[in-house]
Amino acid sequence: MPETIQRDSLIGKRITKLDAPEKASGKTRYIQDLDVQGQLYGKILRSSRVHAKIKRIDTSKAKALPGVHAVITAADVPYQRPIGVAKDHFPLKTDRVRSTRDEIAAVAAESEAIAEAALKLIEVEYEDLPILADPYDSLKPGAPLIHPEPHGASAKHDHLKQAQGIAYLGKPDNVAMTFDYAQGDVAAGERESDVVFEDTFTLHYVTHCCMGVSGIIAEFDSSGNLLLYSNTQVPFLHKREFAEILSMDPARIRIIQPPIGGGFGSKLDIYPFEPICVYLAKATGRPVKLVFTREEEFLASPTRQPVILTLRSGCKKDGTLTFRTVNTLHDNGAYTSWGATTPFVMMQTISSLYRVPHCLYHTKAVYTNNPYAGSFRGYGNLQATFAVEQHMDMMAEAIGMDPLDFRMKNAQDPGEVTPQGMHFKSCGLKECLTTAAEMSGYREKFKINLANRDKPGHIKRGIGMASMLHVGGGAKIYPSDGCGTILKMDDFGSVTLITGASEIGQGSETVLAQLVCEELGLPLSAVRVVNNDTEITPWDVGVHASRTTFIAGNSAIGAAKKARSKILAAAATQAGLNADDLDLRGSHIVEAKSGTVVMSLSKLLRQLHFNDKAELVMTSFYYEPPSRHQDKHFKGDVSAAYAWATQVVEVEVDTDTGIVKMLKVTGAHDVGRVLNRLGIEGQIEGGIVMGQGYALTEELMVENGIVRNPGFRDYKLVTAPEIPEMDVRFIETMDGEGPQGAKGVGEAPAICIAAATANAIHNATGVRIMALPFTPEKVYRALHAAKKEAA
Amino acid sequence: MSQQAINFTLNGVPTRVSVPVDMSALEMIRNVAGLTGTKYGCGEGECGACTILLDGVSLNSCLLFAVECDGRQLTTIEGLASDPLGLRIEKAFVEAGAVQCGFCTPGMVVQAKQLLEQNPHPTREEIQRGIEGNLCRCTGYVKIIDAIEAATKDLPPAPLPGEGGNGRSLRSGTNKE
Repeated sequence: MPETIQRDSLIGKRITKLDAPEKASGKTRYIQDLDVQGQLYGKILRSSRVHAKIKRIDTSKAKALPGVHAVITAADVPYQRPIGVAKDHFPLKTDRVRSTRDEIAAVAAESEAIAEAALKLIEVEYEDLPILADPYDSLKPGAPLIHPEPHGASAKHDHLKQAQGIAYLGKPDNVAMTFDYAQGDVAAGERESDVVFEDTFTLHYVTHCCMGVSGIIAEFDSSGNLLLYSNTQVPFLHKREFAEILSMDPARIRIIQPPIGGGFGSKLDIYPFEPICVYLAKATGRPVKLVFTREEEFLASPTRQPVILTLRSGCKKDGTLTFRTVNTLHDNGAYTSWGATTPFVMMQTISSLYRVPHCLYHTKAVYTNNPYAGSFRGYGNLQATFAVEQHMDMMAEAIGMDPLDFRMKNAQDPGEVTPQGMHFKSCGLKECLTTAAEMSGYREKFKINLANRDKPGHIKRGIGMASMLHVGGGAKIYPSDGCGTILKMDDFGSVTLITGASEIGQGSETVLAQLVCEELGLPLSAVRVVNNDTEITPWDVGVHASRTTFIAGNSAIGAAKKARSKILAAAATQAGLNADDLDLRGSHIVEAKSGTVVMSLSKLLRQLHFNDKAELVMTSFYYEPPSRHQDKHFKGDVSAAYAWATQVVEVEVDTDTGIVKMLKVTGAHDVGRVLNRLGIEGQIEGGIVMGQGYALTEELMVENGIVRNPGFRDYKLVTAPEIPEMDVRFIETMDGEGPQGAKGVGEAPAICIAAATANAIHNATGVRIMALPFTPEKVYRALHAAKKEAA
Repeated sequence: MSQQAINFTLNGVPTRVSVPVDMSALEMIRNVAGLTGTKYGCGEGECGACTILLDGVSLNSCLLFAVECDGRQLTTIEGLASDPLGLRIEKAFVEAGAVQCGFCTPGMVVQAKQLLEQNPHPTREEIQRGIEGNLCRCTGYVKIIDAIEAATKDLPPAPLPGEGGNGRSLRSGTNKE
C-alpha cells in the first residue's frame, strides 16, 4: 500500500474510449451482426410511383413461394396506427402512396434472398396522381392535396379517429406546420436602419449517411411481451411511442440498443420499417430481423431539412443591428418528421446569436411528394447560420466596417437575457471571435485577398468567418429533459455505472465514466458502463441536442457524490477521523491535506458489504434547474447553458473551373470546459468535415420526387485526402451549472462551416452564392454571371 | 442458384465451404464463416467497410465472388488478432481516438495494414491517399491518419515479414479500383 497519494485529476486529459478496443478489433456486434435463434428476414416493398392511388395489391404469388412465412399489406394490419411527429402516415400505406419510399407490403422469409424474391412476385396496380415536387406549387390555390380527407383507412376504422391524426382526418391544404415568432417592431427597426438587405437563401437535401445502415429485430415472447433490438437514439421515448402505435402496454416493451453505427439525429423518430418489422413478428410468431440495403438507406432514411429562407436585415452606419425579418419555406416532403420543427432552433439564431432588437420570423412547412426530413446534427442551425452570417458580412461591407469588428459590436455578453428570453449565464462569443480571428490571421488575410481579387491568375484565396449559438445544456422540448443514473459499487472497489444515456459513438460512456472516477478517485478501468437496455437503465430523454455530457454527466456526478459521502463517512467512523478531512484517490481513502493513506477502498467496501448492509447502490436523477419552458410565442429559456463558436474557413477558388478547395478551418469553441480532450477533438474534427460535405460536395438530388443518386458513387462524401488543415482552440468559460463546468458540443462544429465558406468564396472572388452546395458547376456559373454583369 | 464447394485459408485456418455461385465474399465471410468484423456498408465498393486481404492484397469483399476465393488466402480483421502489425495498428487506433461509432474501423485497420506493409513510413499525404477508398462519417479522418502515422513508429524501414508482405514493391495508394 502506498503511503501517500496526491490528487490527480482526469479532467481535460486525453482519455481513450472504453468501447474502442472492441471496435478496432472487429468484435463489436452491431444490429447487422446480431442473429436471434429462429429469426426470419424481413423485406419491404416500396412504391414504384411518386404519387398514386393504390388500386390493387396481389400478394398470392409471393405467399406461395417456399420459405415465405408472411406477406402483409395494410389490409392485414387493421390495428396499425399512424406514426410520425404529426401522426400523418401509416407504416403500411392504405389507399395511396405519396413518395417513392412509401411502404406497400412486407415479407418475412427464411432468408434475405427468398424475401427479396417474394417482393418481386407482389403485383401492385397504381393510378397516378399529379406530382407536387416544389413547395411553391403545393401552396398554389387548387393544388392537389397530399393528405386529402378522408383517407381510405378512416372510413374503415372510425373507432380510431380519436387519435385525431392527419392520417385519419386528412388536411384541407398542404401546410404541415407553421411557426411564428415576433419581438419588438421590425418596421420601427427598419426606419432606424441605414442599410437594409433582403436575400433568399436556398438550402438543399443532404442525408446522414451513417456507415451502419438502419436495422431492427423484433421478437415476441409467449406472454406477448415485445423485445426490440433497435438503433434508436431515444429508447424511452420510443418505448412509449411504440406502445401507442401498437396499442400495447408500454411495460410490455423492452428496447435493447446494440452498439450503433452512427446516429447524427437520424434515429430520433420512428420510421415505418420499425413497426412493420413488429407486424411481421406478430404475423409469424417468429423473431424477425429487418436490415436496410445502402440504397434503401438513401431512399428511406431521413434527410436534413431543405429550406428556402428569405432574410431581410438592417443596421445603422455605426454597425448597430436594427432588425431581422425571416420567411422560410420548408419542403416537408410527404410526411412530417422532426425536420418540420427545426424553426424552434432556427429562430434562436435569428433572434439571439447577436443582439437584435426587432425580429419577425415565419415558417411554413409544406407537403410535397419529396423525401421527408428528420433531425440532423445542428437541427436547422446550419441553414439559419448560412443566411444570418452571410448578411453579417454583407452589412459590414456596406458600412465599410471590418467583419470582425461588426460582429464584436453586436455579440452577446455573459449575463445577457435576449428579447426571446434566452439567458446566457456563460458566454464566450467575443473570446471565440477574437481568438479564431487571431489564430487564423483573419484581418490581414481578408485584406490581402481583397487586394488580390482583381490581379491576374485564376487561383484566388479567400477567408471567411461565421459564429454560432446552440443549446449546450439540454433542450426543454419534452415535458422532461432529465436523465437517471444508478451507481453500484462492488466489494472489490469497482463501479457499475447504469445510465439512461445512449452511446452512438460520440464517447458519452467514456465521459460519464470519467466524471464518476473523478469523484471517486478511481482509475477508468474500475468502471463498467451499462447504457443500452430499457429494462435496466433509468429513464432518459435520449441522445440529441448536444445534451448527454451536460445532463447525463450531472446525473452521474450526482450518484457518484452520494457514493463518495457514504464511503467517506464510513471511513471516518472506522478511522476516527472527520469525513471532511478525507478524500478518495487512487482507489484509497486518504487524508485530504497530506495525502496520507488511511485505508484501501476495496477493503472498506468489503467490510461494508459484509458487516454493515451498506446499500452501496446510489440513484440520482438530474433535471436541469427549474426554468421556464418557452411559452406558445416561443419566448423563454430553452437550455441551462448555451454553446458558442467561431469558425474561420480558408479556401482556394479556381475561377477557371469553379473548384473550391477548403484549405484550412480554424475554430474557437466555447465548450464550458474540456472533459476528455481526445473525445472533444474528435467531435470537432468530425463536425468540421461533415460541414465541409454540406458546403461543398453532398447533395441528395431529388428530381420530380425521385432520388437520383441513392448510393456513395454519386452522393459524394468527403474522403481523407480532401479534408482541410484544422486548428482548434477551446474557450473554457466554466459554466456554473455544467458538469465540471462543461457544456454540450456535439452539434456545434458542423454549424458554421457552410456560412464561413460562403463568406470565404466572396472574399476570394467578390461573388456571393446563396445556394448550397458550392459545386464547381454552381461556382463557375456564378462567377461567369458576375463577369457578364460587370461587362 | 447452383452451389460450388471451395477451399481456402481463412485467417490461417484451412476452410471448406459450399456457396451459391453468385454469393459475394463478404456474404460468405459474414453469413457462412460467421465472422462479422467485416462490415457491409454499401455493397458496391464505394465505402471500404468490407475491406479484406486476399493473398495479402486489400480489396472490397463485396465486389469479390466467394468462389473466387478458392485456393487463396483470406485475412479479415479477426485474422489481425494474431498479426503483430495488425495489433499495433488496432492499438494505435484506440490510443489516437480514431474510433467513434466504429463501423468503418475494421475496414480502415485492414487497409492500414496493407498500406504499412507496402510503405512502412508513409507521409501524412500518402496515408490520406492510402485510405481514400474508406469512408468515415464520424471522425473527419484526422485521428485515423494520426493513428496510422503513430503505428509506423518503431517500424523497420523495409516491409515487415508476414503474410503477403514479402517482396511486394513499395507503392503508395491502394489496390482498390
